Amino acid sequence: MQTSPLVVRGLSVAYQKKPVLQQVSFEAPEGKLIGIVGPNGAGKSTLIKAALGLIPRLSGEVLIYGRPYAEQRKLVGYVPQRESVDWDFPTSALDVVTMGRYGRLGWFRRPGAAEREIALACLAKVGMRELAGRQISQLSGGQQQRVFLARALAQDAKLYFMDEPFVGVDAATEKAIVALLSELKEQGKTVIVVHHDLSTVREYFDWVLLLNERVVDFGPAETTFTADKLQTTYGGRLTMLDRELGSPVIANGR
Amino acid sequence: MTTLWILLTGMLVAASCSLVGCFLVLRKMAMIGDAISHSVLPGIVIAFLVSGSRDSLPMLLGAAAIGLVTVFLIQLFHQGGVQSDAAIGVVFTALFSVGIVLVSAYTQHIDLDLDCVLYGEIAYVSWNTIEIAGIALGPKAVWGVGIALLLGVLCISLFYKQFKLCAFDPALAAAIGIPVALFHYLLMSLVSITTVASFESVGAILVVGMLVVPPSTAYLLTERLGRMIVYSIALGCVSAVAGYYAASLLDASIAGCMIGVAGALFVLALLFSPSHGVVWRRWRQRRLAEAHRLEAH
Repeated sequence: MQTSPLVVRGLSVAYQKKPVLQQVSFEAPEGKLIGIVGPNGAGKSTLIKAALGLIPRLSGEVLIYGRPYAEQRKLVGYVPQRESVDWDFPTSALDVVTMGRYGRLGWFRRPGAAEREIALACLAKVGMRELAGRQISQLSGGQQQRVFLARALAQDAKLYFMDEPFVGVDAATEKAIVALLSELKEQGKTVIVVHHDLSTVREYFDWVLLLNERVVDFGPAETTFTADKLQTTYGGRLTMLDRELGSPVIANGR
Repeated sequence: MTTLWILLTGMLVAASCSLVGCFLVLRKMAMIGDAISHSVLPGIVIAFLVSGSRDSLPMLLGAAAIGLVTVFLIQLFHQGGVQSDAAIGVVFTALFSVGIVLVSAYTQHIDLDLDCVLYGEIAYVSWNTIEIAGIALGPKAVWGVGIALLLGVLCISLFYKQFKLCAFDPALAAAIGIPVALFHYLLMSLVSITTVASFESVGAILVVGMLVVPPSTAYLLTERLGRMIVYSIALGCVSAVAGYYAASLLDASIAGCMIGVAGALFVLALLFSPSHGVVWRRWRQRRLAEAHRLEAH
């Protein structure tokens, strides 16, 4: 039997006393690009962080290829939100990408020539080979995001979690990320992406998880990403400017 | 010989503080260094009262323990909803005052006076020596600080990649299985040990200067972590040596002059650093504006 890359069962998370995720369950199919969509505060990032064990969960279990995450770390790559780190840190793009290899080095081994080669190859894949030696604060927002993606590639995983990779990037970077996503898909990898821009969901993702504290729906984009279900997810706060959703223009009313 | 010992002690203090200080500055925890350096005081006094001697080992252990308690309490208060800077302020002043009360109440007739604790007395390091089996081994302070430096170098070189990733991106560090909390407390232990070993020489207040000022200067001068650490240690040592000679010239406090020099170096770096320097930036802006004007004509 084929085991799913990610199974989440009855996951609940709370900050202080306020529940953020309630009884979230879903089973991600392998080799798909999966978008997580929902309003602000719906727990999208929290879902990723809880799955990776970065924040404690109240209840529920998360299985990566049939086993707990702690046993499967090497199968998982992670792209945190760009603003989560200090880009004035004294380090270069190449150095940041090399960090993606640390998980495979164990406690004492230091990154060497082999890690450097892999990191350079990953930077090349996101079109940043020439900027490898650049101090990270001197990169544009889009370039910083590409460095983060290259670092995740260096993790050489089978399942990727990306937290809002499209936020604040230029058009060229957006294209580069999309190309990278389809390349990962061709390699049979599964990518789970927290996504904000509703107008590109259909175009970028095969499957969609509609989330608002609870799972509203999970399935192929064609059947899941519909006006009705979006209204349910956003609690009726969406104003549909285009009823057809073919080329959806959606304003997020508050 | 006295001069040599003082210089050696000063350089060892500067080197060990600058080393761990780099990670404090990068993790935006400079004030935690301040907190630890103050709150270790009760640890030192209690260790002194219990062991009845100024032997370095019990003091080191007592202070390291209190240092960890400090960090733990700050985190606890912060998680409980107190602003993090307020949590730091509350914890370290409370512990420091306990230390002051203990010193003034119990140690009046013993050789542990407040001035020495607060300001240090590096001038006297060569008087307090150790002897094992009749062989003179040099000043105690040199050994204490030397061991602290060795420990710091050992831990940080062994776990360099872990310390670096925990400082830059703790979320990824945790995701790939690095025990982030363990390395956090390891760093805090190193800060405590370094602080305690150094406080006898430069005092509880000025040790913060050595923890924070040379790393901050180095931060302005380079864009690589490895170089930042090396520059930071070098700057610390230069400050120690130059500070000593400035002090003998002015007949002033040695520790004060050492940190004074470190501060002066920081101002120089702030003005003239090639990448961050205020002066160069102004100059470049003016040149750019001029080029612009010429083009417009």
